[in-house]
Amino acid sequence: MSATPLTDAPLIEARNLRIAFGRGEHAVPVVHGVSFTLGREKLGIVGESGAGKSTVGRALMRLLPPAARVTADQLAFRDIDLLAANERQMMALRGRRMGLILQDPKYSLNPVVPVGDQIAEAWRLHHRGRAGAREAKERTLAILEAVKIRDPARVARLYPHEISGGMGQRVMIAMMLIAGPDVVIADEPTSALDVTVRLEVLHLLDELIESRGLGLILVSHDLNLVRRFCDRVIIMYAGRVMETLRAADLDRAEHPYTRGLLASLPSIRHGQDRLPVLRRDPAWLAGAGGTP
Amino acid sequence: MIEVRDLGVRFAADAPPVVAGVSFTVETGETFGLVGESGCGKSTVLRALAGLITDYAGEVRLDGAALPAARPRSFFKRVQMVFQDPYGSLHPRQTIQAQLLEPLRNQALARPADAVGAALDAVGLPRTAAFRFPHQLSGGQRQRVAIARALMLQPDILLLDEPTSALDVSVQAEILNLLMDLRAQRNLTCILVSHDLAVVAHMCHRIAVMQGGRIVDSFDAATLRAGQPAHPYTQELLAASEAYGEGAAG
Repeated sequence: MSATPLTDAPLIEARNLRIAFGRGEHAVPVVHGVSFTLGREKLGIVGESGAGKSTVGRALMRLLPPAARVTADQLAFRDIDLLAANERQMMALRGRRMGLILQDPKYSLNPVVPVGDQIAEAWRLHHRGRAGAREAKERTLAILEAVKIRDPARVARLYPHEISGGMGQRVMIAMMLIAGPDVVIADEPTSALDVTVRLEVLHLLDELIESRGLGLILVSHDLNLVRRFCDRVIIMYAGRVMETLRAADLDRAEHPYTRGLLASLPSIRHGQDRLPVLRRDPAWLAGAGGTP
Repeated sequence: MIEVRDLGVRFAADAPPVVAGVSFTVETGETFGLVGESGCGKSTVLRALAGLITDYAGEVRLDGAALPAARPRSFFKRVQMVFQDPYGSLHPRQTIQAQLLEPLRNQALARPADAVGAALDAVGLPRTAAFRFPHQLSGGQRQRVAIARALMLQPDILLLDEPTSALDVSVQAEILNLLMDLRAQRNLTCILVSHDLAVVAHMCHRIAVMQGGRIVDSFDAATLRAGQPAHPYTQELLAASEAYGEGAAG
């Protein structure tokens, strides 16, 4: 693990996290002993499709399908054991303490409910008992303003198909933040957005995470994005952690997998006849983060 | 070789045009890039060129001769297209062999026994892939099949619509290398549509930037590499692409 000092106790601690789909002999292991801690920082999890990065994110919120078998020496959010917690405790945790942002707002928002009502619903759900409709509405407008939507009262009345992708992702962020979580898990939050919009949404997310002192897990396939926005990066390959390093040190990464991924990116400024192709070494599967 | 004059597309008579007054030419052996953000009309231009949209205004010329909006069958012998999503563009219930032979069947051409094997060789797939179904292949392998299918008729023009944006960067590198090899071997003329400036800079000789259905800027690859495109929108795209790209290397 990285030697980055944490200012306070970790928000999330995972030790030797293993996930398999199916039971008994037919179980297919997809995550092989992943360990990390998250403090009040921005942690990136990077890897190719199928590396298990999203599965790890889901496992933290216990959102995997019933066929998934999750085991770990430790998997905890603060002092709550995520493996032992019952569904009732998890319900209190999800959204309220740990927020999740998914890739595409088109699929995450209810298409037949105005976005303002959806945000208000999130607030009322997490503040039962003292959740008046008027307060929920005021909070909704305030949070829409916090995610830099210019005319919150108008936008709150719009349906998801009437807003752009970037605005949709702001609404998702607003909906997640209104519950006041400590940890945000963002799974490819900007992959569906255009490059100019992507930057705006990332800056916004960055600002909100910093100003509220939250912990962020950013799951992404995009090395460049993670390099710019995270403090630390976990590089995953085939369900294993290849290496963990400070995002600023990514250019000095030592693992051949990380170096291969970086090299395979085409460049705007430097013309090349051929792009270097990643050579996968079976030894990677035995080496880092593998079998205990 | 390809000449597009004043191309206009609208999807409803009372709707604003999706593509308005787009003109460009592509020389033989050249790769021409169309870049822009989603909704700018870049894919629509390509689809109109390919004959997938027949109701367009303006003119498309191939070797100086204007093409009818409903493309004749012979057109597809020369011009083939590769789509973005290798999951959506292959038939899920046909073997790779059947799908590779379909262009030959459509053109009522002979189907020599070796045709499929040779096509698979050309894109670096094992010959055993002929008997597989798409779900048995990875995303990168499927995109290779889609490229093999486009090359079955030995076209001289390839239209590429975001050919690598559904792929991991490591697989993207393999596919881009393959496209560059094939382009050199067969002297292909290509039009590449992409939202990714880095991919376009890597592949293309000349590049046009689209915004709101129009071409707002065009330049050659060297200008882009030097960071010199003049139009403010291109500069904005370039800045956004580089702001989180390339890191210290940029």
